[in-house]
Amino acid sequence: MSEVAQQLSIDSATGIDVSLPLAGAGARSYGFVVDWHIRVVLALAWYGAGTLLYNYLRDGRLSVTPPLGTSTRFFGAVLVPAMVLYFLYHPVVELLMRGSTPGKRLAGVRVVRRDGGAPGAGALLVRNVFRIIDSLPVAYGLGLTLVALTREHVRCGDMAAGTLLVYEMPSHGFALTPASTAGVLDIAIAELVAELLARWPGLEMGARDILARALLRRCGQSDEQLTPLDDAALRQALIEVTRLPGATP
Amino acid sequence: MSGASARDAALAHALMKRAALWQEAEARARRFSRGRSDDPTEAARLADDYRLLAHDLARARALLPRSRAREYLESVYARVHATLNHGDWRLGAAVRALFRDDIPAAVVWLMPYLVWATLLFVLAGLAGYALVDRFPELIALFASPDLIASVENGKLWTEGLLNIVPSSVLSVQILANNIVVSLFAYCSGFLFGLGTLYILGLNGLMLGAVFAFTARHGLAGALGSFIVAHGCVELSVMCLSGAAGAAVGEALVRPGSEGRAASFRAAALRSGSVLLACAVLLVGAGIIEGFVSPDPRIPLSVKVSIGVAYWLFMLALLSGWLWGRRRP
Repeated sequence: MSEVAQQLSIDSATGIDVSLPLAGAGARSYGFVVDWHIRVVLALAWYGAGTLLYNYLRDGRLSVTPPLGTSTRFFGAVLVPAMVLYFLYHPVVELLMRGSTPGKRLAGVRVVRRDGGAPGAGALLVRNVFRIIDSLPVAYGLGLTLVALTREHVRCGDMAAGTLLVYEMPSHGFALTPASTAGVLDIAIAELVAELLARWPGLEMGARDILARALLRRCGQSDEQLTPLDDAALRQALIEVTRLPGATP
Repeated sequence: MSGASARDAALAHALMKRAALWQEAEARARRFSRGRSDDPTEAARLADDYRLLAHDLARARALLPRSRAREYLESVYARVHATLNHGDWRLGAAVRALFRDDIPAAVVWLMPYLVWATLLFVLAGLAGYALVDRFPELIALFASPDLIASVENGKLWTEGLLNIVPSSVLSVQILANNIVVSLFAYCSGFLFGLGTLYILGLNGLMLGAVFAFTARHGLAGALGSFIVAHGCVELSVMCLSGAAGAAVGEALVRPGSEGRAASFRAAALRSGSVLLACAVLLVGAGIIEGFVSPDPRIPLSVKVSIGVAYWLFMLALLSGWLWGRRRP
């Protein structure tokens, strides 16, 4: 999560305001591109597979050419579902997932009302109808411009529906380590170690080597101790510092 | 380490020892927000969680401002706050409430706009009829060359349509086009209502002009026969979505005391729900237009019956009667 993300503060009964970090154009675009690919692939897959199956069942040929004559079965079983998948993906999935979609989830964002609650069916509908305006003139030009210019990073659909896109930290994004909980390890370092271990397989070996050695030095290990360690041993050493002294693995 | 920083570190570690409680609170809030728990004891514990999280978050903001722990606490606190203040979310109930309560209420609220939108559409239609009746060459402004050539040869462009395009494909094209036009009529209210007025006026002009042109060639009856089955609902929906767009436009032109953004939001939210009903109705109208309207084997009486029945269905849907709503 970005440290410079703007926040929306909501008063609460406890006197401690609720703070929602607002998502900007980057997170929005990331989520949208993922969702767009999902709906295109789903619609094309349905259309292709449905047409193949239809042609095969009708006259035994494998072809993706749509039939020419009036065909209610083709209309109902192939065309309509493919169009529904493409055009109703956003409103239906947002309704089913309470303001989220697979793309938004991947980008770590979700749609909320201005008071922090989950948006209602009407708000989600209005938000999606206004995509027509936001997508003008091409490639969501108006929507992205509004997101860049408005204080709360909202597009026209969000203005109309009274919704916002906020970052949401997934429960697995916060790792507790026994050592930090017990006060043996500094909390900031413990979090960095946990994050490095989580990202370990995705990092290049050189990068994780540098990061692991820097962190282990901050945990009090000397250069003499660290020099002979290879990649696997560095990872093991990081795991060790998150454990309580004397605890069995 | 100074005394103050040692004290802060001790407090931070004391705070972290409660992390398991935060995770429990998050799980509890998730259960409630998804409607998976109605247990009063659990609800009372969630209220306790709220106070505990507020306390811990205040500490975390002071002691660990840049930590994942603080971010996580913010997230859980926001979730519990939303759950306690806004209740759970059940899709079926939300959709039912939309059709039974929100859409009928929006239609009642839109009634003055609906009257004006319909009047504009009718006047534009009459103007289009008068223009082309008096100056037939103006039809080139409203209709395609193929349509004009077909009518001049004494045939409606809809004749033999099913020989060229299958009903299924025709229906999908029509309903998709109509839904886009209807949504556009609503969304273009964003341009201070001018876009909506333009779309309504242009569609009225085109309809009137085409009727006048076909009447000059003795085909108005045939055109009426083509339109009657799907047109009653299609044109009504056009006026309804135009009314919703006009309401959005008026909110921007005359925002009142609450400000332009808030007024726009309120009008768009209130009127936008009717768009769902419009889309549902246009799907049906598209199917009728693809399968019934161009079929010469279906007699006029059947087409009229379908048109009237579908229009009555529209009234039942928009009044909430279909979903069990009764007049208060």
